Amino acid sequence: MLRMLFRRLALGGLTVFLVSVIIFAGVEMLPGDACTAYLEREAQGQRLENCRRDFGLDQPAHARYLDWASGAIQGDFGSNVAGTRDIATLVGDRLKNSLMLGGLSMLVGVPLALVLGVIAGLTRDRLPDLTISTLAIFAMTIPEFVTATVLILVFSIWLNWVPGIVLTGASAPALDYFPEILLPMAVFTLVMCAHILRTVRSSVIEVLGSDYVQMATLKGVPRGQIVRRHVLPNALLPVINVVALTVAWLLGGVVVIETVFNFPGLGRLMVESIAMRDLPTVQAIALIVATIYVGVNLTADMLTMLANPRLRTLHTRRP
Amino acid sequence: MSSTGILDIRDLTVGFTGRDGRGRAVLRNVDMQVSPGESLGLVGESGSGKSTLALAAMGYFKRGLRVMGGSVRFEGQDLLALPPTALQAIRGHALALIPQNSGQALTPSMRIGAQLDEALRLHSPLAAERRAARVVELLEQVRLPEPQSMARRYPHELSGGQQQRAAIAMALAGEPRALLLDEPTTGLDVTTQAHVLELLRDLARERGMAMVYVSHDLGAIARVCDRVTVMYAGEVVQSGPVRAALRDPAHPYARGLLASIPRLHDTGLPRALDGRPPAPGETGAACAFAPRCMLAEPRCIAARPALQPDGSGGLVRCLRADETDVRPVIAAAAPRERAALTDEAALTIDDLAIRYRQTGLVARLMGQDPGPATVSDVTLTLRRGETLGLVGESGSGKSTILKSLAGLLAPARGRITVAGGVALPGAVETRSPDQLRRVQLIFQNPDDSLNPRHTIGDILAQPLRLYFGLEGEALRARSAELLERVRLGAHYLDRLPSQLSGGEKQRVAIARAFAARPDLVLCDEVTSALDVSVQAAVLDLLDELRAENGTSFVFVSHDLAVVRALSDRVAVLYLGRLCEIGPAEALFANPAHPYTEVLLGAVLEPDPDTAPVLLARDVTEGAPPARGCPFQRRCPRKPGSICETDQPPVQDLGNGHVLSCHIPVQTGALQ
Amino acid sequence: MTDAAPSARHPGAALRMLAILRDLVRRPSGAVGLTLVLGHALLALLSPWLVPHDVTAVSALSMLGQPDALHWLGTDHLGRDIFSRVLMGGREAIWITGIATPLAVMWGGLVGIWFGLVGGRTDDVLMRIVDAFLALPWILKMLVLIVTFGTGDLVLIPTLAFFYGIPVIRIARAATHDVVARDYVQAARARGHRRLDIIVRELLPNVRDALLVEGAMRWSWMLLAFSSLSFLGFGVSPPTPDWGLMIADARGFMSFAPWGVLGPVIALSSLIIGINLTADALARTLGIDRAQKAPV
Repeated sequence: MLRMLFRRLALGGLTVFLVSVIIFAGVEMLPGDACTAYLEREAQGQRLENCRRDFGLDQPAHARYLDWASGAIQGDFGSNVAGTRDIATLVGDRLKNSLMLGGLSMLVGVPLALVLGVIAGLTRDRLPDLTISTLAIFAMTIPEFVTATVLILVFSIWLNWVPGIVLTGASAPALDYFPEILLPMAVFTLVMCAHILRTVRSSVIEVLGSDYVQMATLKGVPRGQIVRRHVLPNALLPVINVVALTVAWLLGGVVVIETVFNFPGLGRLMVESIAMRDLPTVQAIALIVATIYVGVNLTADMLTMLANPRLRTLHTRRP
Repeated sequence: MSSTGILDIRDLTVGFTGRDGRGRAVLRNVDMQVSPGESLGLVGESGSGKSTLALAAMGYFKRGLRVMGGSVRFEGQDLLALPPTALQAIRGHALALIPQNSGQALTPSMRIGAQLDEALRLHSPLAAERRAARVVELLEQVRLPEPQSMARRYPHELSGGQQQRAAIAMALAGEPRALLLDEPTTGLDVTTQAHVLELLRDLARERGMAMVYVSHDLGAIARVCDRVTVMYAGEVVQSGPVRAALRDPAHPYARGLLASIPRLHDTGLPRALDGRPPAPGETGAACAFAPRCMLAEPRCIAARPALQPDGSGGLVRCLRADETDVRPVIAAAAPRERAALTDEAALTIDDLAIRYRQTGLVARLMGQDPGPATVSDVTLTLRRGETLGLVGESGSGKSTILKSLAGLLAPARGRITVAGGVALPGAVETRSPDQLRRVQLIFQNPDDSLNPRHTIGDILAQPLRLYFGLEGEALRARSAELLERVRLGAHYLDRLPSQLSGGEKQRVAIARAFAARPDLVLCDEVTSALDVSVQAAVLDLLDELRAENGTSFVFVSHDLAVVRALSDRVAVLYLGRLCEIGPAEALFANPAHPYTEVLLGAVLEPDPDTAPVLLARDVTEGAPPARGCPFQRRCPRKPGSICETDQPPVQDLGNGHVLSCHIPVQTGALQ
Repeated sequence: MTDAAPSARHPGAALRMLAILRDLVRRPSGAVGLTLVLGHALLALLSPWLVPHDVTAVSALSMLGQPDALHWLGTDHLGRDIFSRVLMGGREAIWITGIATPLAVMWGGLVGIWFGLVGGRTDDVLMRIVDAFLALPWILKMLVLIVTFGTGDLVLIPTLAFFYGIPVIRIARAATHDVVARDYVQAARARGHRRLDIIVRELLPNVRDALLVEGAMRWSWMLLAFSSLSFLGFGVSPPTPDWGLMIADARGFMSFAPWGVLGPVIALSSLIIGINLTADALARTLGIDRAQKAPV
């Protein structure tokens, strides 16, 4: 199992490396560079060359990649195009906010999804399941900005319970975001919860149809105990990976949510940077987000490995 | 019959609602009574309703099934009317189940010990600290080695036989008075099956448990049961003492079923039962077996016969039951035509070795020992028109050799030569179209070997286009001809595999192989997914095609009686090494290798007066030992330490009977 | 009857499609979903002849007007008729994603099948690259390209098709792995068919179902992405009516003219829900578990 662990870690590292190459190459392939963006209309002749020399842009691509990548490993992404701010600190605050938003939503959404998914699975095709499943389809498929817009309309404008927009600045302490963070959290939670609960439901249904659940029933095990001891441990295993994939997917969705609510997170920074063609910042964000994605998936793989006796005891296969 | 017994099922009808909204019965008016301590066998082919009946005896029905009438009583209590808690108190306690496939019936996330403990906690008065000891005791009683460590293992860490024993231990935890066994040995190797059956027999005797033993295997039933109930299309067609039922069954179906089973000591093919059983809801008010019965007459179709005494202490559902012992109920099988004796070799395998996975680059660089090969030192020849049977338990490498002959798995060493001295290259990609055409492979499961999206016409067209470039009318004509040859008819051309029965599908697979006009046909367990009655017909067809075309067969099967029926020569494999090879009669009559003896001894005959001879432990071995004889660890006649150090010598017993063993054989003793 | 064998297969395939369709509309979710999708498609085709008002006609007199007999859903901040704009607002999205989806499924499907069949080292390397692409959020990839190259159809269609084809590789590869292990593929290999023959004859017909469901799901996610981009101001350029853009515009006036968002919200949601209901019913009809799949 240790070998498998190392293999997964190495593959994760390889993926991050490939991502960094793709990001770098992708930006390379775009017309223009940091200097043309910085100098704008004056980007020509001697000025452009000087600028390029100053920023090291006259170096060959692989040298610049190595320079950028080694900086990134040490947490140094250089400064933004305008040269006004250090990217690491700029991104740091936003990352903290996004992680808070995502983390709190997970804290609510994952347990909620598990409970609802198990209920739906156990009451397959009956009223509770039909209700939950239908709501899940709605929550899952309607675009985040639509959900957000409707929630703002209802809870902020009509009922006036919570603020519909975040006004707190990017580097404020965490507590300052309450209660402004509640609506973005709600949207985040809804989408995440819907995806996960659908997996939980179908996983529970599959396990309920298994031979070992039938066996437990015929062993005289009471229903509640069957669910607790025979169904859940096996049904929830595949869910770990789906939670990870859903979270990773929402790294994209968070952009929209943050923009709608004016939430000062990484996603909004990304949109702003792209709009301003601040490519160094975009590169930094891309790399961070991709690393989180890989990290989350890696963690899920390892948790699955730990929780699944089949994988955990692989080395003792045959007696 | 009037005594209610421990288990009493009366007039039970169970069914489901079809798409058209009509009810379809899976069980029809079934009566079943079991007395305390009695052991009842429930026999039938797939779809006969025997498993549904076994589960119904516990008051359990699969999703979608519902009771349409009748009652199920256990010790006087009506299980169909009991509240869930009362049912829970009976299930696993007084009435326990041993499931068909324990590998799937044990919860994968719980240790064996925990699963046993759960049963004890529910159904025994033992306190928590006493239960751990009891778990070990139970595992010991089912003869599992190292019970302490077994309790700590997860189900996937056990072999198939061990999983089955663990499931038996779990059933015993509640000290049941009646045991339901749903095909408990299906899928196990012959030796393991024999051991598990002996265990069950002993346990039932010791504890005076009643048993309901569901199986399609009459050999197992003969060994374990006192009485037999034969099911057909959801009905009981015959029921009575085991000896009468297996020696001289009164119902035509039971007679046909019995005749279709190949026997270890019979030469020649078993007789086939033509036709197929009706689907649920298909039987009207007629005798369900009438369409396949040679004795059927108008009154059989006019009304469903009732169960009536058969004169030997049993019941039978047939109007002409008193005539079945004098009239043939099914067509007689043609005697098997022996292979034309030519000396032309159809297949020569010389020193074949196969390794499954190539070792990784890193392991090779680090100089790791790749270990012994999966298959090694296999040398044999096969003459034109002959059938070679390859036998051995799972892991013996018999299918691996077949894959290698087909080119799906390149051998690590050795030469394969086909008719005319043509050497076959290892991988399929390197073989010429003519070489490819000469060797054809038929798989175990036709559900898997026929593409579900292609019509039968498409399926047959593939080899015809590839090897002969047939198109248009010629293609269709040849396809139709092939279907006729496997007794199917041209109207099957436009059907999809899902519209065919298992036996029909396997016939299509056979037709596809013969479309290539091959010299050598490789059969990988081709009948093991089929019911016995269908199996007999497929064996018959294969042998007919062989005799007609002068084709040679390599026939792999775990069923020794089937191999006996079809083969001219038999090769016995253990862990990928050849133990013994020889003419079928000589080898079955006088097995020379200890492993052959072990295998033959474990075979169960459908005869209550025979008993298996258990010579060796049923241990599942993963890899062969690095040196010496592959069978050294299980050999019941091991002569000494020479088996652990030296490769066994090859002894030629004459007439092509060759043995690989340290024990010297007197050639005189064989005559 | 001269060419009997090939012609014999087509009625089979057509019959199967018909049977699937019949099964689909028998399920409530399939019937509702299909109705919604077909309704939207029809509307997208016919709306230029149905709209009561010119969708770009600005009117200073009727800014943010309430719904009335003339303007059924009111007017927006430039005085344009919302009902007309809602009718027309899905055309761009449906047209672009409607072309990009089949492209994505085709290229992703073929690459996935190919690598699923070949396996080995090449497959390992490819999957790492696929993983790397998936590690970047879709919105980042799209935005960078859009900001650089603009939002014309010729940019959006290939971009969407490319990025949304990558996850299809994964699905097709997994489905292929399931099929490759089957004996009928082994049988075709043993007979000596060429690899391309095996892909076309044995693999494609069996992977097709998975790809069909995948395509339906891809479509809904692509629509979602498209309208999200419009919402963020990176999609369709004004004054072309588009639901995402309309919601973004109307949001600012939501506190006193909430009817502005309702029209486009309902239109967009009903289409996406329709697609998902259809995909759900299709997956059940074909026996594919859709919920087990992650949305990447």
